[in-house]
Amino acid sequence: MSTTLPNSPTTLNGSTNFSNAELQAWKAGLSENSPSSPGIFSGAFVQETLAITRRLFIQLQRRPSTLVAGIIQPLIWLVLFGALFQNVPAGLFGESRNYGQFLGAGIIVFTAFGGALNAGLPVMFDREFGFLNRFLVAPLASRYSIVVASAIFIAALSLVQTAAILGLSAVLGAGLPNGPGLVLVFAIVMTLVLGVTALSLGLTFALPGHIELIAVIFVTNLPLLFSSTALVPLEFMPRWLQVVASLNPLTYAIEPIRYVYLHPNWSLNSIVLQTPFTDVSLGVSLGILVVFCAAALVLIQPLLRRRIA
Amino acid sequence: MVAAVTIENLKKSYGPVQAVRDVSLTIQPGEIFGLLGPNGAGKTTTIRCLCTLATPDSGRLEVMGIPVVEQPQRVRQFLGYIAQEIALDKVLTGRELMQLQADLYHMPRGVAAKRIEQMIDLLELGDWADQKTGRYSGGLKKRLDLALGLLHQPDVLVLDEPTVGLDIETRSAVWRFLRQLKAAGTTILLTSHYLEEVDALADRVAIIDQGKVIAAGTPSDLKDKIGGDRITLRIREFTTDEEARSVQAMLAQLPFVQDVIINAAQGNSLNLVVERQTDSLAAVQHVLKEAGLPIFGISQSRPSLDDVYLAATGRTLMDAELAAVGQRDLKKEKKQAMKGG
Repeated sequence: MSTTLPNSPTTLNGSTNFSNAELQAWKAGLSENSPSSPGIFSGAFVQETLAITRRLFIQLQRRPSTLVAGIIQPLIWLVLFGALFQNVPAGLFGESRNYGQFLGAGIIVFTAFGGALNAGLPVMFDREFGFLNRFLVAPLASRYSIVVASAIFIAALSLVQTAAILGLSAVLGAGLPNGPGLVLVFAIVMTLVLGVTALSLGLTFALPGHIELIAVIFVTNLPLLFSSTALVPLEFMPRWLQVVASLNPLTYAIEPIRYVYLHPNWSLNSIVLQTPFTDVSLGVSLGILVVFCAAALVLIQPLLRRRIA
Repeated sequence: MVAAVTIENLKKSYGPVQAVRDVSLTIQPGEIFGLLGPNGAGKTTTIRCLCTLATPDSGRLEVMGIPVVEQPQRVRQFLGYIAQEIALDKVLTGRELMQLQADLYHMPRGVAAKRIEQMIDLLELGDWADQKTGRYSGGLKKRLDLALGLLHQPDVLVLDEPTVGLDIETRSAVWRFLRQLKAAGTTILLTSHYLEEVDALADRVAIIDQGKVIAAGTPSDLKDKIGGDRITLRIREFTTDEEARSVQAMLAQLPFVQDVIINAAQGNSLNLVVERQTDSLAAVQHVLKEAGLPIFGISQSRPSLDDVYLAATGRTLMDAELAAVGQRDLKKEKKQAMKGG
């Protein structure tokens, strides 16, 4: 393995070949019409986002262990948790035929949430190793490309995980939502992933290092699970926890999925949740998720601009 | 002609630490400009501000006449930045990293494909381009790092400590490469705490200490300005303190000798500052012979950039390095720098 730098090849006239005609033409075009920031509705944004996403998929392809573990883990949850409460008398878990059927929706949402919450970690390592500087010194159309690329990657993983959970639940006797129901399930997972990924990346830019980020993930992950309707229905909880669960965005992802599992003839007006404050329809539930996602994206904007500007 | 880089009265603090107190410099198109100073002098902070990685507290920064703070987006197109630490994704191949870089700069597919082949040729990456970078040697990593920084053909290339941690062979190859790059018209700003690196490469240099520029000019101007030649004299391999002091007193009386310094770290050798263009060497030898003293070694030299630094700060670069080591909390600084802002 050579450690020497070469004597550069030279052109016929003796000058070193540091450029080429196409590159010169491209550069000349740039200085003529370079807008100060093309923004997220530009070809440039699509190009950089796809490039960052491609890197994440190449990493996954060459290090598939995260994907394998990411599929096995929720399936273990499903089997173990399902078995744990298998003998609970029927009827305690709302309309669900058995606990396994009840649990499926919770595991789908919790798995997607966990994946998205961890989305910031690789970016944090890039930051600590200095690799992120390559993105920050480049004329990105918008730094949201870093967020969107992570979200696309996590969403793709979550879809595979969701399919695996749906499949195993069906085998375990939970049945399957109908066609439109399945579309709704995937739409909910993607909305949640985009919002939570944005928050995770916001934390990545706000916190000093990966130790702090892991600490925040640690104290966020399980409490949000237990204070949602993932494991038990709302009416099962003490009053104060009902209030907390009604404020937890995960609840609004879980309940519509649970509803479409049980009701093939669902509509946006179907009541999916009875909170201590008010009844919530499927449409309102989706609205809350979309607002949560949009709020997360807006909230992190100053962090993307200032912290790493 | 518009200057390639203009920095005026730059100030930047991280919390209570004033990393840059007052830095001003101008870099002309096509020159290699060296920023020399001990570790912790503020070199890296200066170029982080220039490369849009940190926002200055105050001061004016321009690249090719474009204001950096107001129009970072346009400035980024003109700048290439090569960090001190080579950060590569070890799972990706060199070619994949170059393609990523090309997309971050929004190069059209055809332009990128041709440019990547050119960089592979230029830096002789060869078959290594399709190997994961985790398998690269240190020299190979540096070559890929240069290829990535130069892919979009920046008008101004900024290198932070380009040869720290490299073997001597790779170092001289990097020097050769940078000279060729300059000959092809690229403006280069590099920081270094190696005197010989700046001396060998830079057309002009700014010496920076504790966040301030303390001297600036061409290396030979700076050396001429402090004047005089240097004579290094060793009476014996290890001279006693007493003898060194008596010889110091004796030589200090010679009319052409401006100063005599005892260097205890070098076995009490004597460093004389003498007027240029006298037969001072012979005169010193003559005086010592008269006094019946031996000469273990004697040499005359032009002042070095280290002497320039010594004259301005009262300490050598090496002393400053050693002093800085004790004072710095490197982990904390890295975190501060990472936070940016």
